[in-house]
Amino acid sequence: MDFLSALINGLSSGGTYAIIALGYTMVYGIAKMLNFAHGDVIMVGGYTMFLTLMALGHPLVALAAATVFCVILGVTIERLAYRPLRGASPLAVLITAIGVSFLLQSLAQIIFGSSPKMLVQLQISGGITLGALSIDYSTLLTLAVTAVVMVVLSLFVKYSKTGRAMVAVSEDRDAALLMGVNTNAIIAITFAIGSALAAIAGYLMLCKAPSLSNTMGAMPGIKAFTAAVIGGIGSIPGAMLGGILLGVVESISYSVPALAPFTDAVEFSILILVLLVRPSGILGKMRREKV
Amino acid sequence: MSEPLLQVKDLEVYYGVIQALKGISFHVNEGEIVSLIGANGAGKTTTLHTVTGLLHPKHGSVVYAGQNLAKVPAHKIVSMGLAHVPEGRRVFQNLSVYDNLLLGAYTQTDKEKISRQMDSVFDQFPRLKERRRQLAGTLSGGEQQMLAMGRALLSDPKMIVMDEPSMGLSPLLVSEIFEIIQSFRAAGKTVLLVEQNAKKAMTVSDRVYVLETGSIIKEGMASDLINDESIKKAYLGE
Repeated sequence: MDFLSALINGLSSGGTYAIIALGYTMVYGIAKMLNFAHGDVIMVGGYTMFLTLMALGHPLVALAAATVFCVILGVTIERLAYRPLRGASPLAVLITAIGVSFLLQSLAQIIFGSSPKMLVQLQISGGITLGALSIDYSTLLTLAVTAVVMVVLSLFVKYSKTGRAMVAVSEDRDAALLMGVNTNAIIAITFAIGSALAAIAGYLMLCKAPSLSNTMGAMPGIKAFTAAVIGGIGSIPGAMLGGILLGVVESISYSVPALAPFTDAVEFSILILVLLVRPSGILGKMRREKV
Repeated sequence: MSEPLLQVKDLEVYYGVIQALKGISFHVNEGEIVSLIGANGAGKTTTLHTVTGLLHPKHGSVVYAGQNLAKVPAHKIVSMGLAHVPEGRRVFQNLSVYDNLLLGAYTQTDKEKISRQMDSVFDQFPRLKERRRQLAGTLSGGEQQMLAMGRALLSDPKMIVMDEPSMGLSPLLVSEIFEIIQSFRAAGKTVLLVEQNAKKAMTVSDRVYVLETGSIIKEGMASDLINDESIKKAYLGE
């Protein structure tokens, strides 16, 4: 039973990682950059929920406000910080992303202070009990939201015109331009989707543990990035698989007393192991470099 | 004689400090097949990339259908009726044949027209129809070239620029590709062709420009140039 409940909890926190990892992997696949500020968009979403809850009170209104604000923030970051660097060296883009990350964290600290805020209105307590197994409502909610996000996103990418254009841009930006695809618009849409997913992930995290601080997005961001790399960065199913895998490993390791203190180490060891065997991740494609 | 469909004037293009095109001028009249021939590095692909907006000239102009393309972003050019079949096919490997063709029609909004054109592409390339659900990356080189041409046709172009369509294909397929190019003319389309296979290119073209290290060194009717001694020696291997 312990194992089963660890598994279910792992699927749930893995779902949150997967939702965040989708943002990393889509941006990497389409804009060819690592957006290290992605985790901090979650935190900005958290503070947006905090402010909305103070003004209006309802958790769903707060989620909607956070989603809208994160989308605007994500698109603005891309437009102001990353787009001018299109075609610049990847290192310049990477260091800019890290700079944006620190900027967001510092701004939040200046505005809201460094002591954590408790968003008790978001907390979902209680759960269901099946025999010896008890599952929190927040866990069930996370599982359900994860499933919906994965299905909707997969259908969108596979069957919509914009989704097809996203695949085209990720594969060959110039060829997509020749088809008449506005690649800048597609990149902006990708940032918008990733940022909306970050807001949703932030909501799910706060439902479980309603403590909000300016570094709230940092660790989940790194874990989700790890998950995206394990699954194969650039691959949407890879991010889903990597997120779930990392969450399950984390939860099971945490449930074993001897391993519990070393949970983070166990997770990152998985990354190293996967990369030793498959350098491009579990579902990643070997890139054929053009000569 | 009316204005040419495509008029290129004094085009100069640089890669950093290296000048790839040294002020070339040429034109393509409506309904013509015009070839640019020349050795590797002569500037053929650079010319095509500048025409369809992937590269921007430092000097000179590209005027298509009376419009200067200098300020037109690359993604808007295809909807003006100017399609580009790039060197090396550049089909989207991880998308199905059908999805590749739909991307060709990305700028088209009339669903009925798209499906009519899809049918006509499938009529012309039955093999693409058979393989429409297959990933484009699993097609042979010849099939990928046909897909790249079919994809261009789905944008309903007035003019098609083609970059090395016969590269890497077997002689039988090369002949097939050149028959397809001639069928474009029959369908009322204008073609600007870049080819290493100068002989084949000259037999289907009306006019030919010869590029050498960024300059046009010769131009004329294909039927004249094919008998020109210096051309024979340099490009036709005779």
